[in-house]
Amino acid sequence: MTWLVAAGANGEPWWIALIKAAIVINLVLFGFAYLTLVERKVMGRMQLRYGPNRAGPFGLLQPIADLVKLIRKESFLPAAAIDVLYISAPFLAAFTALTTFSVIPWGPGWTIAGYQVNGYVADLPIALLLIFAVGSVGIYGFIVGGWASDSKFALLGAMRTCAQLVSYEVSLALSVLGVVLMAGSLSLVDIVAAQEIDVWYVIPQIVGFVIFILAGTAETSRAPFDLPEAEQELVAGYHTEYGGMRFGLYSMSEYINLITLSGLAVTLFLGGWHGPLLPGPVWFLLKLAALLFFFIWMRTTLPRLRYDQLMRFGWKVLLPVATVNAVVTAVLVVWI
Amino acid sequence: MSSIFGTAKGFGVTFKHIFKKPITQQYPEFKRPVYPRFRGRHRLHTHANGLEKCVGCSLCAAACPSDCIRVVAEENTAENRVSAGERYARIYEINLSRCIFCGYCELACPFDAITLGNEFELSEYSRDDLIYTKDMLLAEPIKQVPVQDADLYDTPIPAYKSDS
Repeated sequence: MTWLVAAGANGEPWWIALIKAAIVINLVLFGFAYLTLVERKVMGRMQLRYGPNRAGPFGLLQPIADLVKLIRKESFLPAAAIDVLYISAPFLAAFTALTTFSVIPWGPGWTIAGYQVNGYVADLPIALLLIFAVGSVGIYGFIVGGWASDSKFALLGAMRTCAQLVSYEVSLALSVLGVVLMAGSLSLVDIVAAQEIDVWYVIPQIVGFVIFILAGTAETSRAPFDLPEAEQELVAGYHTEYGGMRFGLYSMSEYINLITLSGLAVTLFLGGWHGPLLPGPVWFLLKLAALLFFFIWMRTTLPRLRYDQLMRFGWKVLLPVATVNAVVTAVLVVWI
Repeated sequence: MSSIFGTAKGFGVTFKHIFKKPITQQYPEFKRPVYPRFRGRHRLHTHANGLEKCVGCSLCAAACPSDCIRVVAEENTAENRVSAGERYARIYEINLSRCIFCGYCELACPFDAITLGNEFELSEYSRDDLIYTKDMLLAEPIKQVPVQDADLYDTPIPAYKSDS
């Protein structure tokens, strides 16, 4: 039975990591399902509507109803579409979205029945790089899906997605550089641990935090940066030709990207799972919920940018500020 | 700088609205009362003695711009007296899937036999069910629709509606 208790790379048996991975994936999927409901409810309230309230008490079964509807729909594809790419692109998008959440720590770690249980699924020394790398692969899901659909709207949407994500990814990566310099590590677990000793990095890195939130909004193509799926111009963007659960996978990957991004912001700037009185995962969830609420709030408040404004804002405002922030942080870290 | 304050103000407005009561009217539970002269599904009327007002003159069918009324008239006889006039409508059908609820039929009717009622929930699963026969038009509507208080409006209620 030694193989059952043999400690893996992070001091816990491999099967505990497996169970945790299953739990976390299902929690993220659950979170996605109810994030859609919360978004529609909160947006409705802000617009003096009720939002969905028909399926179950307070509309709590609405995500289930949506899921059943999407799954039961016919899986069609356009006659001119490139089958293999058209079918596999949404899977790529959803897979990469789900993968990135594995490196985000959500608890201090516990000892249960003699086994060590860590508060994360995986602790990589390059966790932050992994998130950006996998996120870049995820963009292929959008571009390939839009291109393989053989539709002008999907192609234009995919082009916009591509241009926007590439532009804002630079600022996003530069904005977290200050945090990395201050913590001296790319591992998210180490960054959270460094914030326990120090202050939450949102205070010294407030500029980085603001840039991260703005660039992150653009990365997940949410309002006011939702040009890739501006319905008035592009019908739906890169997933115009998708229906049923394939569209559901795209929608899922977008929402999960948003959850992951908020989780990353909590980890990098808001002290991760640290907080008084309440246990770690509860604090993580509270901070995550607050950030997600802010994204929904922003969506109801701000109108969409024009395309040239978007590009100008990304390259001429966010990028220089993020660069200066990184340089100033580096100087301060070295000299103080 | 002012644009940042403007944006913050916008955020404040949307946040404040969360605590206001939604103005949505929850339709199937709450039915908004219809306007007193609302034109809904048709009704055929009878006299107080039970005879039908309709004499089968087909003026309504002639006035109908969407040609959805079908009237087949027949003579009243001593044994079978249906209407107050010389003839009566043996068949009186309205195809509600074509009707545009313009109300020309009630304007055309010389005996105020047909009026437009207040019922607007007319969905059916089949087009055939939308062809209303004379029996259905003569019967009282199953569901009564709430009507707005007429005093709120300065438009007079036509005589043929007030006593129906």
